[in-house]
Amino acid sequence: MTDKYEAVIGLEVHVELKTKSKAFCHCATSFGAEPNTHVCPICLGMPGVLPVLNRQMVEYALMTALALNCRIADYCKFDRKNYFYPDLPKNYQISQYDLPIARSGSLVIETKNGQRAIGINRVHMEEDAGKLVHKGNIITTPYSLVDLNRAGTPLLEIVSEPDLRSPGEARVYMEQLRLILLYLGVSDCKMEEGSLRCDANISVRPQGQQQLGTKTEIKNLNSFRSLERALDYEITRQIEALAQGERIIQETRTWDEDRQVTMSMRSKEEAHDYRYFPDPDLPPLRIDRDWVERVRRSLPELPEQARRRLSEEYNLSRYDALLLTASKDILDFFDDCVARYPKPKVVANWITGDLARLLNQSKLEIGDCRVTPALLVGLLKLLDEGTISGKIAKAVLEEMFTTGEAPDKIVKDRRLIQISDESAVKAIVDEVIAGNPKVVEDFRNGKDKALGFLVGQVMKASKGKANPELVNRLLREELSRR
Amino acid sequence: MELYQYTVQEIGEMLARREVTASEVLAASAERIGRVESRIHAFITLTLEEAEKTAKELDARDEIGGLAGIPCGIKDNLCTRGVRTTCASEMLEDFVPPYDATAVKKLKAAGAVMVGKLNMDEFAMGSSTENSGFFPTHNPWDLTRVPGGSSGGAAAAVAAGEVFYALASDTGGSIRQPASFCGVVGMKPTYGRVSRFGLVAFASSLDQVGPITRTVTDCALVMNAICGHDHLDSTSLKVPVPDYTKDLQEGIKGLKIGFPREYFQEGVDRGVRDTIMKALLKFEELGAVVEETSLPHSEYALPTYYIIAPSEASSNLARFDGVRYGYRDGNARDTVEMFSSTRARGFGPEVIRRVMLGTYALSSGYYDAYYLKALKVRRLIKEDFDRAFERYDILASPTTTSTAFRIGEKAQDPLTMYMSDMLTIPVNLAGIPSISIPGGFIDNLPVGLQLMGPPLSEATLLKAAYAFEQATDYHLRTPVLEV
Repeated sequence: MTDKYEAVIGLEVHVELKTKSKAFCHCATSFGAEPNTHVCPICLGMPGVLPVLNRQMVEYALMTALALNCRIADYCKFDRKNYFYPDLPKNYQISQYDLPIARSGSLVIETKNGQRAIGINRVHMEEDAGKLVHKGNIITTPYSLVDLNRAGTPLLEIVSEPDLRSPGEARVYMEQLRLILLYLGVSDCKMEEGSLRCDANISVRPQGQQQLGTKTEIKNLNSFRSLERALDYEITRQIEALAQGERIIQETRTWDEDRQVTMSMRSKEEAHDYRYFPDPDLPPLRIDRDWVERVRRSLPELPEQARRRLSEEYNLSRYDALLLTASKDILDFFDDCVARYPKPKVVANWITGDLARLLNQSKLEIGDCRVTPALLVGLLKLLDEGTISGKIAKAVLEEMFTTGEAPDKIVKDRRLIQISDESAVKAIVDEVIAGNPKVVEDFRNGKDKALGFLVGQVMKASKGKANPELVNRLLREELSRR
Repeated sequence: MELYQYTVQEIGEMLARREVTASEVLAASAERIGRVESRIHAFITLTLEEAEKTAKELDARDEIGGLAGIPCGIKDNLCTRGVRTTCASEMLEDFVPPYDATAVKKLKAAGAVMVGKLNMDEFAMGSSTENSGFFPTHNPWDLTRVPGGSSGGAAAAVAAGEVFYALASDTGGSIRQPASFCGVVGMKPTYGRVSRFGLVAFASSLDQVGPITRTVTDCALVMNAICGHDHLDSTSLKVPVPDYTKDLQEGIKGLKIGFPREYFQEGVDRGVRDTIMKALLKFEELGAVVEETSLPHSEYALPTYYIIAPSEASSNLARFDGVRYGYRDGNARDTVEMFSSTRARGFGPEVIRRVMLGTYALSSGYYDAYYLKALKVRRLIKEDFDRAFERYDILASPTTTSTAFRIGEKAQDPLTMYMSDMLTIPVNLAGIPSISIPGGFIDNLPVGLQLMGPPLSEATLLKAAYAFEQATDYHLRTPVLEV
């Protein structure tokens, strides 16, 4: 039944900007500080105070909008969004309504049918609210506490067109967007801390139908997983409703993480009337073209540009390029290694292979890892020089990963230097041949597999240190001689 | 002549010459307050102890000059660090700001001695000071009459000699109308000329801080101290501040003065019209060219104002919710009830009326018909002025439609009360500067003469006002309050 329907999804993403101070006052932006310690009369909404725009917020907004290929407005303004809530000090939020800083952009995502551009409707600036702390849950709590540290933190709202067609695509879009924001360095993008948040608009329609179905908006999506699951749930719910001849009600729903369902929050009729009007305290903002160009020129390399560079300059596969650009830190690590050791494919293999495995196992990010690009390159050089074998190298990397010690020191301390001395290896080969007459016999009778066993025995006897190529050659020589 | 009767300029010179001390001047003000305040009720809060300390410190200085050592009053919607700032509302009855409004800070830096916070209509919404959440203020010229509003306390205190000058705010006439009713000088500067930081917002696009004084020279002296750009107010202008006293005596020979006929029509008392017409003759005698002109959209100013001002107010006053400061209804059972009952009980009826008006005007479905339309008409009104100022240096008119009315006379009829501001409101909509000075008397009640000029023409307005003042004796008359 579900393949008779198509889902239509648009995302509204809120991202907290990493400016030093808040959007309209001098208070430091912060996460996890003692409640109400990063506040001043302005972000507390005391009587008579006025907002003053943070230039850095505008610059970060410009960077983001340019990275999303948006058209930057010559002229934008701030509006007040009026609603009462105890975490909103002025009981209005300074936002941008009909003249946002940027419109009409796009973001390319990888789907199973190849790359696709997802439209960006608009990017606008606004301020965040504070937080309420309840004792237990919001219904039964005897009182609520207000923490306004977050109030006035600069936010960007990035609204996509309804171009996404599946929960998976929504997730990929979110991940790509996050990656771009991280590359730009404008936000920490920590969903668990709320610095990246997302609401989803979703409707379904019969395959082939042009007209959009009635949408619902889902809030409280605090992770990529909940985004995907909530959309899955909601698509099924809407399709089942339609199949039973019911109508979808336009409403706001919330994702219940515990029960893994979406629940109705308020209907369209109950929706707030925000009474938007231009904020008379903030003059409209004229955005100087020179400023836009300066920002454009100073944009850092973005993930897609980096992928292209890796493919074109280093001949790496799209797959490798995707892995190596999965975070700015990984890419920087890779570039640093290649600058020291110009064999990109080898570096790529080690980063996406053994190092990635170790990071996964210990749930660390590359930035937290004790293996630096210099150390990894040191290891690769030992390998190239024949000082250690590939197998030993893997063991040394593990050791480096745990202790942070230099590879040459590990190799030296643990006497892991490869035995390439022919007479020393020959002595072991002779020993192994002598001790395994049956296997030697098998080999001579044409069982090629037997050679592998003998090589293994030599390696074992040398504690892995014997040069494998040398072992192979000597074994063949000895076996053919007798 | 008693000390409290001198002007700012005179007291300043006497202080500078060490003929009096700041403590003596303050004592004179305190004594005057003690004698008349029980009949005027101009002050919500008196800060005489603090003032004594300040005066003593100033007396200990090697030099004293400008506004230093001169007692003043501050309208109670301008935040004063450590001194409660109530906006004449129960909502903020105990609110003590931890910061000074920028204009207050500038006065303090100049050595001003603040003797107290002045009564007003609640949140500056009103034209008689009867909307004060605490008590009405009485007009020193006739205690049965209102002093005007919303800066009634400020104008009355200056007129009664309780302070030498006051700092107030004007959103639709709140400085000029009470100045007119009380026979003193009140200036609403160009929008952005004085920082609004620390002025509790009523209608942000219209509010402006300005002085109330007894003479034009005093007005210029206070303007010198309070004007200028403020990085805390994004709407304040980055324009250098001239010395407003410099050109006062230049004379007005050849100055082109227009008088808009719409400001002399029905709705304005005949006596007031005649008085101001006579004032225009005086300008001609002084060498000005006086001609009739027209501001055709004037009749729309009042309805436009009563959409824009309440709309902004509905949003500006949303912060008074009982969560962080001010009054809270502690008996509410949940947050929503706390919000609504705090606001229902904390605000007076006029504030509630305007918040509801504004909320309605901004509502979805009505926004285009009311707020947006009002913005368009506002532009037309502004363009009327622009055109007039292509031909005239300044415009002249009555400040108010009548002399001070009786306490209670209009209190039950908001619309009639609103109408009394029809001559001052257009100036705020256009963002231009304006001054009201004593222009005559009817039955021993002052009549205000309003002068209006293009943006940043304060110096011209002051010059014209000074010429008129020097050629008349209205500013020398004082109300008789002695028992």
